[in-house]
Amino acid sequence: MKGFILSFRSEFYKTRKTAGFWSAVILPLLICLLLFIVFFSKSEDFKTLPALMLWLRFAGAIFGIMGSFLLPMLIVFIGYSVNSIEHKADTWKTLFSLPISKLSVYAAKYFYAFFLVFLCLSLFVLFTLGFGNLLSVLKPGLRFGDYSIFGTLTQMYCKFFLSSLGILSIQFLLGLLFRDFLKPMGIGFVCIIAGDFLGGAGWKYAYLFPYSHPMLALKAFGESKGKLNAMPTITVDMFTKDTWVSLAVAIIVFIGGYFIVLKKSVK
Amino acid sequence: MVIDTEGLTFNFGKQTVVKSLSLKVPEGSIYGFLGPNGAGKTTTIKLLMNLLKTQEGSIHIFGKELQSNRIEILSQIGSLIEQPAIYLHLSGKENLLNRALLLEIPAKRVDEMLDLVHLTNAAHKKAGQYSLGMKQRLGIALALLSDPKLLILDEPTNGLDPNGIIEIRELLIRLVSQHQKTVFISSHLLAEIERMATHVGIINYGELLFQGSIEELQALNKPQIQIEAENTVDAANFLKKNDFEVTEVDEHHIYVPFASKQNMGEINTLLNKNGYTIYSINKQQKDLEKLFLAITQNA
Repeated sequence: MKGFILSFRSEFYKTRKTAGFWSAVILPLLICLLLFIVFFSKSEDFKTLPALMLWLRFAGAIFGIMGSFLLPMLIVFIGYSVNSIEHKADTWKTLFSLPISKLSVYAAKYFYAFFLVFLCLSLFVLFTLGFGNLLSVLKPGLRFGDYSIFGTLTQMYCKFFLSSLGILSIQFLLGLLFRDFLKPMGIGFVCIIAGDFLGGAGWKYAYLFPYSHPMLALKAFGESKGKLNAMPTITVDMFTKDTWVSLAVAIIVFIGGYFIVLKKSVK
Repeated sequence: MVIDTEGLTFNFGKQTVVKSLSLKVPEGSIYGFLGPNGAGKTTTIKLLMNLLKTQEGSIHIFGKELQSNRIEILSQIGSLIEQPAIYLHLSGKENLLNRALLLEIPAKRVDEMLDLVHLTNAAHKKAGQYSLGMKQRLGIALALLSDPKLLILDEPTNGLDPNGIIEIRELLIRLVSQHQKTVFISSHLLAEIERMATHVGIINYGELLFQGSIEELQALNKPQIQIEAENTVDAANFLKKNDFEVTEVDEHHIYVPFASKQNMGEINTLLNKNGYTIYSINKQQKDLEKLFLAITQNA
């Protein structure tokens, strides 16, 4: 466990100045900031909306692109960048000749990629809440403060995170195996398009294809009316069958990847 | 023995890259692992570092089997394999700090290492802006960071200028003589190894052709007579007719194996009496470079 923690800390230390790390921070900041500007400049259009609808318009603007494009592309990029740092520096030989078990080194890198996606999605929650509340302060007509969306938003992004695990593990393995940029990115890009198509078209076996999972996550969000005159709520079906497939793929690829690492000649 | 391999064999597909290698590296030695490019040196080093899985034979380091004591053994080895493994987007100091973090070494040691390899002034410069020699020195600092008992260095002086080569050589000699380290260093240049190694292993086509102390290698180096003559080809043919063995002839010199001073005098007299003008005649040791070539080419 100590080897894993040391390796994980080292992953952070060496990537903290790379595009891979900063993309996970800047992307949510930039998108939420853009939304903030739109809502700020067109605040009159949204004044009539009740608090929940206002939040849904604000946060929901991200969901569509998140499920179909943004999240899968971010995953492909992160899966590539955590491995390319070693390919570029020719440091695989150093990593695997450390007095740390190969499993710890491999697992730390694998979970660091997951951590970056988790960080990015957490920041989406944080910035969405932050900018939403800031809007209600700057434009009192926008009644974001009348409804607490924290719990719902957290569940929604949690669902996105779970749906991303399958793709991330596959892209991580591709990034580990291929030194060049084009193979993992090209394969990832083609699979994302195929995933969007299959998920969007409602193909009944799309849940078996990991690249469709972020798209299918969108379909797990529903609305519950509740009692008469009560505020409607958003429900998130957290563990749908595509989520289980995503988890299973992540576990299988993690184990398979480890055996590939053991057998692979370190260049 | 610090490194002890028995029948070490490794195949890349159908090609055997390392053949039944039995390395014996004594404690406190500088072991020069010599061979032409592509002889199997780096593959052997990768096997010693457990970067390649042993297919046949065994590897014992510090008296322990490598595979089953991997972490314990690796914690006492510092290595530099091929080009130094450096993160170019980090500074020299950050590269060392990252390794110190992984090896749980105090940050103070990082400054000592920077000082040792004369990189203190460039410590905060990005490693991507380092010259080849600076990168190589940083690689050596990384290898020395954990104060290992055994240093495994693959062509560590590649890209260094003559001053840099001398510095590294003196550093390695100091590490062995004052700090009781063992150094295993590979090179394709005998002249470089000859100046510091106590022991030598010569490998070609994956086979160990010679192994022993530097004195044993020199003992293989038989003396010869160098004759500077006016007409070397005719003089050489004349010597052959008179049952003398001629090993080499060029435009200016004839080389004959040295047997005794008396024998050398006889050759001189014979040539002079038969009208061959001799400018000089002397006993000579064949240089080790030629010996190295002879050993690797005869394989």
